[in-house]
Amino acid sequence: MSNDSEFRTCPDTGLRIHLPAEKLMKANAVAAVVFLLIGGIFGLVVALTRWPAVHLLPAEWFYIALTAHGTDVLIVWIIFFEMAVLYFTSTVLLNSRMATPRIGWVAFALMLVGAVMANVVILDGSSTVMFTSYPPLMASPFFYLGLILFAVGALLVCFIFLGTLVIAKQERTYEGSLPLVVFGALIAAIIAIFTIASGAIILIPTLLWSLGLVGDIDPQMYRLVWWAFGHSSQQINMAAQIAIWYGIAALLFGAKPLSEKVSRMAFFLYLLALQLGSAHHLLSDPGGSMSFRVFNTSYAMYIAVLGSMIHAFTIPGSIEAAQREKGLNNGLFEWLRKAPWGNPVFSGMFLSLTLFGFIGGITGITMSVQQINMIIHNTTYVPGHFHGTVAAGTTLAFMALTYWLLPVLWRRDVFMPKMAQWSTWMFGLGMGGFAIFFMAAGHLGVARRHWDMTFAGNPLGFEYSATVYLFMGVAGITAVIGSLGALAYILYTVGTILFGKRRPDTAAPAVSDEGVEAITSYGNRSKGWEAPGSMVLVAVFMVFLVVYYFANWKYLGSVWGIR
Amino acid sequence: MSTHNTLTPPPNDWWRHPIGRDEVIWISVAAAWCVIMTFMMIYWYFAGNQNQAGEAYRISPEAFAAKADEMVDKYTIRTETELEVPVVAVPPGGDVYIVSSQFQWNVIPELKLGETYRFHLSSVDVNHGFSLQPINVNLQLVPGYDYVLNFTPNAVGEYNMVCNEYCGLLHHAMVGRLYVVE
Repeated sequence: MSNDSEFRTCPDTGLRIHLPAEKLMKANAVAAVVFLLIGGIFGLVVALTRWPAVHLLPAEWFYIALTAHGTDVLIVWIIFFEMAVLYFTSTVLLNSRMATPRIGWVAFALMLVGAVMANVVILDGSSTVMFTSYPPLMASPFFYLGLILFAVGALLVCFIFLGTLVIAKQERTYEGSLPLVVFGALIAAIIAIFTIASGAIILIPTLLWSLGLVGDIDPQMYRLVWWAFGHSSQQINMAAQIAIWYGIAALLFGAKPLSEKVSRMAFFLYLLALQLGSAHHLLSDPGGSMSFRVFNTSYAMYIAVLGSMIHAFTIPGSIEAAQREKGLNNGLFEWLRKAPWGNPVFSGMFLSLTLFGFIGGITGITMSVQQINMIIHNTTYVPGHFHGTVAAGTTLAFMALTYWLLPVLWRRDVFMPKMAQWSTWMFGLGMGGFAIFFMAAGHLGVARRHWDMTFAGNPLGFEYSATVYLFMGVAGITAVIGSLGALAYILYTVGTILFGKRRPDTAAPAVSDEGVEAITSYGNRSKGWEAPGSMVLVAVFMVFLVVYYFANWKYLGSVWGIR
Repeated sequence: MSTHNTLTPPPNDWWRHPIGRDEVIWISVAAAWCVIMTFMMIYWYFAGNQNQAGEAYRISPEAFAAKADEMVDKYTIRTETELEVPVVAVPPGGDVYIVSSQFQWNVIPELKLGETYRFHLSSVDVNHGFSLQPINVNLQLVPGYDYVLNFTPNAVGEYNMVCNEYCGLLHHAMVGRLYVVE
C-alpha cells in the first residue's frame, strides 16, 4: 500500500508526487538532455559539412558524426525523455505510487550502459554503419549489444508503467477511466513494447552474425524487420508528443477535449496497423509485391494518418473552445492571437503542432505513396522530412514540456527566462527551415548521407545547379539557428538545475496558473461551431496537402517509363 | 457538473457524449481523403507509366556478376575515362545489368530514345542506391536480389548514376554515367 512519507505535494501545482518516481524522472530527463547535447553537437558538425561553403569535416569523421547523431538524438535522447514521461503520467497524473523503483534503476543503468557502449564504438571508428546498420555492412558487436541493452532497459520501463497502472487501479487512486493524457501514454507504451520486440528480433541475430556465430543475415529481411522497429519507434514519439500537446492545452488553458470519444479513438487508431505501415520504408526495394506495398501503405498507413488528422483538429479545437469560453470570442482567431505566445510552454507546443503537421505531415503522407516514393527515396528529402517530424515536432514538444516540468520537479527558479522564450522559436523555425530546404534539395536529386556533392576529382562526376547549392547553403544556416535554439534549451535546463535559486515552499507559484480556469462545458453543442478558427486552420492544411500531393504525381508522370 | 480536463479522469458517461458537428465534418473529410489516396495508388498501377514494384529474383552475387560480364563482352562499343569504364549499347528490348559495388558502377549504358530496356539492378557486396540524375529516380539495390524494371527513356542526354545509400567510407566517390541517344 502507498505510504504517505514517500510523497510530497507540489506547492505550485497541488500535484502529489511519489518521491522514488520523481528521482527516476529526474535521472531519465537529465540523461536525455545530456545525449541531446552530444547528439546535437554531432548534428551541427554534420550540417556544417553538408553546407557546401563550409564543408567542415573530413569524410571519415563526417560518416562517424552522422552515425552518432542519428543514434544519440533519434534513439537515446527521445527514448530517455519518453521514460520520464511514462513515469510522470502513470504516477503523478494518477496520484499513485510507482511499481518497483528498484527495477526502474536497473532499467536506467541498462539504458545508460547501452548508450555509452554504442557511442564508444561509433567514435572509435569501428561502427561507421549509420544508425540503420544495414547488413552486410558490419559494425562492432558492441554496437548491436549497446542498442540491445538500451532497448531492454526501455522495455522494463514500459512494464513498470503497466504495473503502475495496475497499482493505481487496485488502490483506487483515481475514479473511472484514465485521463486522456495517460491514455495517450498507454498507447505509446504499447507501441513501444511492439517496437522493442521487433528491434530484438532483428538485432539479436545481427549481434550473433557480427560475432561469427550466424552465417549471414538476409539484407532484405533485415530491412523489413528493422523498419518494424525503426518506424514504429516514430509512432511512440507521435503518441507521446500528442499526449503532451493535449496535456499542455490543459495546463495553460484548462482545456478539455472537444469529445473524449473522438480523441481516444484517434489514439486507438495508431494501434491498429502501425507495424504494417512501417513497410513504406521498402517501397523502392526489390522485395515485396505490388499488393503488399499498396495494402501496407493505404489501409495500414492511412488509418494512422486519419488518427493524426483528427488530433490536428481536436487539439487546437480544444484550446479554441476553452479560450472562447473565457470570452476571447471575437472573429476567427482572437483566441489564438491572445494566446500566451511569450510563454515557451505555449510557443513550443503550438509551433511543434503546426510544424509537425504542415512540414512533417504533408510531406510524410506524400513521400510514402508507393509510386511517388521513387522520386525522393534516399535523397536529402528523407532527412528533411524527418527533421520536420522528429526535431521540429517531437523534440520541440519535449522542450515545451520541460519548461513546465523543470520548476515542478526541481523546485528552483528558472534560469534566464528570456533565453527560454527565444529558444523555442529559434529551434522550431531553424529546424522547420532546415527541413524545407533539405527537402527542396532532395527534390533536385541531392543524395542523403553523402560527403561530397561536388564529386571533386571524379572523371564521371557532374555538377548540381546553383539553385541546389543555394538550398544546401540555406539548410546549413537554418541548422545553425536551430542548434543555437537547442543550446539555449540545454543551458536553461542545466542552469536551472545547477544555479536556479531554490524555491521556498511558500513562494508564489513558479508555474503561473493565472487565467487557467477549469472549463465545465463548451456551451450548447447544437448551435453554431465549436471551433471555427481551427476548422479554418485544418482547411488550409487540407488545401496545402492536396495541392502538394498532386504536384508530386504530376512530376512523377514526367519521368521515364519505369515498370 | 464535473470540471475535468485532459489531465483528469473524464465523467463516467464520456462514451455517451455526442460528437460535435465540427468534428464530424473534419473526420469525414479526412477519411474521404484517405480513401482517395488509396485508390490513386491502385489507379496509377494500372494507368500510370511509373511503377517501381517490378519483379525481383534471388540471385547470388557471383551469378549476377557473370551475367553482367557476358553483357559487357557482347555489347561494349568503347571505353571512357582513364578508368576505362565500358560503354555498352544493348539492343532495344535487351537485358542491361547494372552491378553496383564498393565504390563503382560496372558500365556506362547507352540507350536509344523511346526504346524499352529490361534493367537488372543489384549489388555484389553491401546495399547501394541507384539514383538517376537529373530526373531523380531512386531505387534501393540489395545484394542477393535481382531487381528487374523496364526503363523507357523519354529524353536524350547525359545522365548520371549516383549511389545514394551509404555503402562505406568512399560512398561519395561512387558516381557513374548513362547516355540516351537518338
